[in-house]
Amino acid sequence: MTGTIDLRLGIDVGGTNTDAVVLDRAGALVAKAKRATTADVTGGITAAIDAVVADPAVEPGRITHVMLGTTHATNALLERRRLERVAAVRIGAPSTTAIPPLYDWPPDLREAVSAGAVIVRGGFEFHGAEIVPLDGDELRRFLHGVADTANAVALTSVFASVSDEHELAAAEIVHQELGPDVPVSLSREIGSIGLLERENATVMNAALRTVATEVAEALTRALEAHDLRPVVLFAQNDGTLMALEYAVRHPVLTIGSGPANSIRGAAYLTGATDTLVADVGGTSTDIGVLVNGFPRESSAAVEIGGVRTNFRMPDLVAIALGGGTIVEDGDGTARVGPSSVGYSLPERALVFGGDTATLTDAAVAGGRLELGDAGAVGQRRGLLEEALRRSDEMLAEAIDRVKTARGDSPLVVVGGGSPLVPDRLPGVSETVRPPHHDVANAIGAAIASVSGQIDRIYEHGPGGRTEMLDAARQAAHDEAVRAGADPAAVEIVALEELPLAYLTTPTVRIRAKAAGPLA
Amino acid sequence: MSSSRRVIDLEHLQPMALGCSVLGAGGGGDTYATMLACRHAIERFGPVALADLDDLPDEALVMPCGYIGAPVVSLEKVGSGEEGAWLRDGLERLRGAPVAALLASEIGGGNGMQPISWAARIGLPVADADGMGRAFPEVPQMTMEIAGIDPNPSVLTDERGNHLTINAVDGAWMERIARALSVQFGGSAASTEYTMTAAQARTSTVRGSVTLAIRIGRALQEADDPLAALQREIGARVLIRGKITDVERRVTGGFVRGRAEVEGLGGDRGRSVALEIQNENLVALEGTRLLATVPDIITVLDSETGEAIHTELLRYGQRVAVIAFPCDPVWRTPGGLALAGPRAFGYDVDYVPVEELAA
Repeated sequence: MTGTIDLRLGIDVGGTNTDAVVLDRAGALVAKAKRATTADVTGGITAAIDAVVADPAVEPGRITHVMLGTTHATNALLERRRLERVAAVRIGAPSTTAIPPLYDWPPDLREAVSAGAVIVRGGFEFHGAEIVPLDGDELRRFLHGVADTANAVALTSVFASVSDEHELAAAEIVHQELGPDVPVSLSREIGSIGLLERENATVMNAALRTVATEVAEALTRALEAHDLRPVVLFAQNDGTLMALEYAVRHPVLTIGSGPANSIRGAAYLTGATDTLVADVGGTSTDIGVLVNGFPRESSAAVEIGGVRTNFRMPDLVAIALGGGTIVEDGDGTARVGPSSVGYSLPERALVFGGDTATLTDAAVAGGRLELGDAGAVGQRRGLLEEALRRSDEMLAEAIDRVKTARGDSPLVVVGGGSPLVPDRLPGVSETVRPPHHDVANAIGAAIASVSGQIDRIYEHGPGGRTEMLDAARQAAHDEAVRAGADPAAVEIVALEELPLAYLTTPTVRIRAKAAGPLA
Repeated sequence: MSSSRRVIDLEHLQPMALGCSVLGAGGGGDTYATMLACRHAIERFGPVALADLDDLPDEALVMPCGYIGAPVVSLEKVGSGEEGAWLRDGLERLRGAPVAALLASEIGGGNGMQPISWAARIGLPVADADGMGRAFPEVPQMTMEIAGIDPNPSVLTDERGNHLTINAVDGAWMERIARALSVQFGGSAASTEYTMTAAQARTSTVRGSVTLAIRIGRALQEADDPLAALQREIGARVLIRGKITDVERRVTGGFVRGRAEVEGLGGDRGRSVALEIQNENLVALEGTRLLATVPDIITVLDSETGEAIHTELLRYGQRVAVIAFPCDPVWRTPGGLALAGPRAFGYDVDYVPVEELAA
């Protein structure tokens, strides 16, 4: 991870388009390109890279860093394709046996992923004592049974966030039994408190190892075609980056990076650290919150491919409102969404000579957008104005839902559908539309920092609260450095203390996040 | 006649989880993992008989049970499944008689479903009753305490099979000792206390609460208008429809205390209701006017889905309906109010039944 930063190439794969940008040392935009996202994802990435590198303003030889936010992992899980067969090992018996590993998975996904599951004795209490010692013999017996089918292993220990000793000891046993090259995913590196959700995410991570390796290779090939050998980083779902080698071992963390990239890009383009952000696309709008420079994370369980996880996803309110949203009922009355003409907006919208009234037409009728044949909306003006009014109400309500406090907040609007958003909305102090908002997501990938996060339980020791908080800060700092941040410039960007109810000694759950620029 | 053949099967679990959350008044712990444990146990061992206390012999022993301890611990240690059998074995040794049925100590939240997963594994019925009719934070806040049932002997166990027997001078000491011991077990313990005969249970528990939880859940799943359905099923009054505009939380003495404000929307525009919270929703006020107070049940529902929102998950901007409905009548007696009335939680208000307040 060495080398001075010169030009940065940021890429973000969206549902409709794959965007690429090149930024200079000062962070100014040098070139941008949009290409259609392809079914294999890789094709769109390659096309976007080819386009932006071919821009006359770009000297390809000066590209030192490439940052990619991709949907490969999500798609592989949704399509149940190219997934590894995983041996799922839980370390927790005699606790936790009431619910077996992978129990609440959709059967077809479990079928595709599981090479067998076991609960071996071991794991930790919240205060750091062993539940029981790790049963290595039981683990060896299980591994012998799955040696022929499993090509990856997921290890999840109870309270791994308190101690990873059993996960590390088990990993050693796995390497002795199945060889040094078998990929092992440790739950401590994947998720936070919540055994079943963290176990699910760890098994998914193990299942995605080949996909991650293939993406890394495809990206490297696409870059080598232009004689580029930059440092490669992947965007993760909290709006920060991980080094290529780290991403290949933690592919599950790339899931959901798109919204985080948009929010970070919006922040960068406006210089804001605390604001609301609306990313308006063709079929939907995501509204999120930037707090202290990072997307606010959701506290609710997130389902991926039908599996419950506790990923650190941005807390978003998504509404079915975008440029292609259909705004009339079959009988000609106004109704906004949820259906959309999607890709076919350029053929089906009224202003493009089509026969379907869309929100884009409503924006033209309302004077928010000049596009196509404005005369074509004349006859339906009443309907379109009504639709726009309802769309504004939906936006205002969604904005209110996502806010964490009373009072007006600025709103940064990005994405191709951003003209749909009016300048004035209830609860919004000012609407900001930065230049290059159409590629805010790729910019967000390019400018992101590197972070580390911990979620652990601490008991007040002799050093009291100060010692405990210092320990948590140090742990988050070390995680950020491991992910590729510059140790000298890492800062704690979030620290949350949650006292635990119903215990006799002061005990606190601490979530801490550290972030810093690339080393 | 048909009541003796009633069972809890897989199809009852989802509605029961929804219903237990509504009855939990915002507390009682998450139902997700407990529901999975029940599903797994029923898949392996078959459905659980649901016993009407009237159908059990007078002298049959009924074992109240559930988890005590920190909810965050149960997010990691989801239980072994054997705890119910160990509680039963320990109790039978002490009492010298067989346990005939399990009973939920509290019907609110995950604890309301817990006995089902244990009962499936040991082939015992679950009684259609519980010891609270809702959720409360402390061991002695049970209807059996009001009825004068001896909490002793209590058995505590963990997933390793450690057994402890507690004999305490009263319910408050039981709470204190059990709480301290559960920390040694890793922050949570399976426990039974207030064991009684079926004859005693008929007059000292909240009857019909398992079927009530399922009925509430079904009503929420099937109704076009969840609030109207809850009004029909449990006499729920809607205190306000609106959105959460403020939430504050602090921890004192091991309890999470807080306050949430709901501002009216639609027909309730211009109104504002404050909720006082201590693990559960305890008091609802409009300005200085009392709308509902513990021990009546105050629950915050998501206005779109009708699902109950746990107090820890309340957040600014949520669209909600706050409902209140009558607690079991025993909580309205002097003994009940002394244990779990507003003054027992430190609020300087007199209890008035929600029907009178909302009239």
